[in-house]
Amino acid sequence: MTMRRLSGVALAGLAIAVTLFAAPPAATAADTPNPPADLKAFQKYFKDKFPKVKFEDFVNGPYSMDEGLYKQWKEKEEFPPYEFALDLGKELMAKPFKNGKTLADCFPNKGIGIRQDYPHFDAKQGKVITLELAVNQCREANGEEPYSYTKDEMAAVTAYMAFTSRGKVFDVKIPDDPRALAAYENGKRYFYTRRGQLNFSCATCHVQSPGERIRAEVLAPALGILNAMPIYRSEWSGMGTTSRRFTSCNSQVRGVPLKPQDEEYRDLEYYLSYVSNGLPISGPGARP
Amino acid sequence: MRMVFLTGQSRLRTMACLVLLGVASVPALAQAQSANVAEGQKLAFDRSKGNCLTCHDIKGGNLAGTIGPALVDIKSKYPDRKELVAIVSDETKRNPTTVMPPFGRNHILTEQEINAVVDFLQTL
Ligand code: HEC
Ligand code: HEC
Repeated sequence: MTMRRLSGVALAGLAIAVTLFAAPPAATAADTPNPPADLKAFQKYFKDKFPKVKFEDFVNGPYSMDEGLYKQWKEKEEFPPYEFALDLGKELMAKPFKNGKTLADCFPNKGIGIRQDYPHFDAKQGKVITLELAVNQCREANGEEPYSYTKDEMAAVTAYMAFTSRGKVFDVKIPDDPRALAAYENGKRYFYTRRGQLNFSCATCHVQSPGERIRAEVLAPALGILNAMPIYRSEWSGMGTTSRRFTSCNSQVRGVPLKPQDEEYRDLEYYLSYVSNGLPISGPGARP
Repeated sequence: MRMVFLTGQSRLRTMACLVLLGVASVPALAQAQSANVAEGQKLAFDRSKGNCLTCHDIKGGNLAGTIGPALVDIKSKYPDRKELVAIVSDETKRNPTTVMPPFGRNHILTEQEINAVVDFLQTL
């Protein structure tokens, strides 16, 4: 059934996407990076594929794809399972370090309502700074141990920061700096490159097959896929960060996951967040 | 249970043994054939092997995914078993953008295992 659906326009679109995006990084004129054009084509692909899904709803991952799930989710939101993480996150933001400073002190507006501005390209460090990396850079700069990237405290503080940013739209910028553009291109390449014994790219599942069931799980569309992070998953019996989701998706395809916050993962997050510009932050999310 | 590609031991191993016992008295050829079909089904359903149910609805399996078409009427659709061997070995040859993993090319299944899977497919 999928094939029937994929076979027409969508497949043509994909063929273009595949040649455009998966092209080797050779610097020919046709390959000149053009993020705004990417963003337009990317968002159009999903809007055309799912004409009934409201644009803002793409941020709800698998729930935007399946009416039955959508109802279950609305019911779940009445007693959100991530509530404890919000309380913990709020507390950790304000808790003084040994030197008297706080995590909140490291961020603009004390970390409130700023999720949509991450990741950003830091000209001084010459690299992409994700929210998770910024949290640990702050802790380390103040003589504290970094948090584990995948869950617990890191999930709690990023959940709190996302929650206070709900409704603000992703506003990720690619400054006029060849290094920033290179990071974006690198993330894009990672996203579309097939790897692992099963020969899957991120796009295989989240661009080619969103809305389909892979066993019992409904695949989220790549558009808006980071807006709800971090997420509570029943399967994890707890919270997980973007780092946790990236590494677990890599393991699922019998690939070797990278280290959390590895340069490639940060670049990947930069690309995925940029092409979701204009969509509201909805995190933290709750998943089956 | 939910982890899509994690190894899970197939209950079918015991079933395959029962099938073997059951056909012990019939002629050798038929015996080899149905042993292969049972083995093929086991490989197709095993999460650490074919794991075909992840994407295909297949008679006898449950919690099937919807990424690929339901595998029905395969025998009439592909009367030539070579075609099936080719699809399972490397579907990217027929369709470069397919999401179906190249089971032969990437050594997920051996040639012998692919043959058993194809024997099973021909019963569908
Ligand atoms: C074999 C299929 C597969 C591949 C390949 C894959 N994922 Fe996933 N991904 C899933 C499944 C299944 C889920 C859980 C259901 C869902 O939310 O889509 C998921 C969930 C996610 C989520 C959370 C979405 C949400 O709203 O809950 C993110 C983010 C994500 N994947 C990113 C990636 C990235 C980045 C890659 C490549 C490095 C990737 N995935 C590769 C199957 C895959
Ligand atoms: C990740 C998804 C995925 C997995 C796993 C998968 N397939 Fe497929 N398969 C597909 C898709 C999608 C198609 C549709 C044709 C295409 O994409 O070229 C397909 C097509 C087929 C066809 C042709 C069906 C027809 O009606 O024309 C056969 C036969 C088949 N697959 C057998 C298998 C077997 C056997 C396995 C396991 C050993 C398997 N597939 C695993 C995705 C998958």
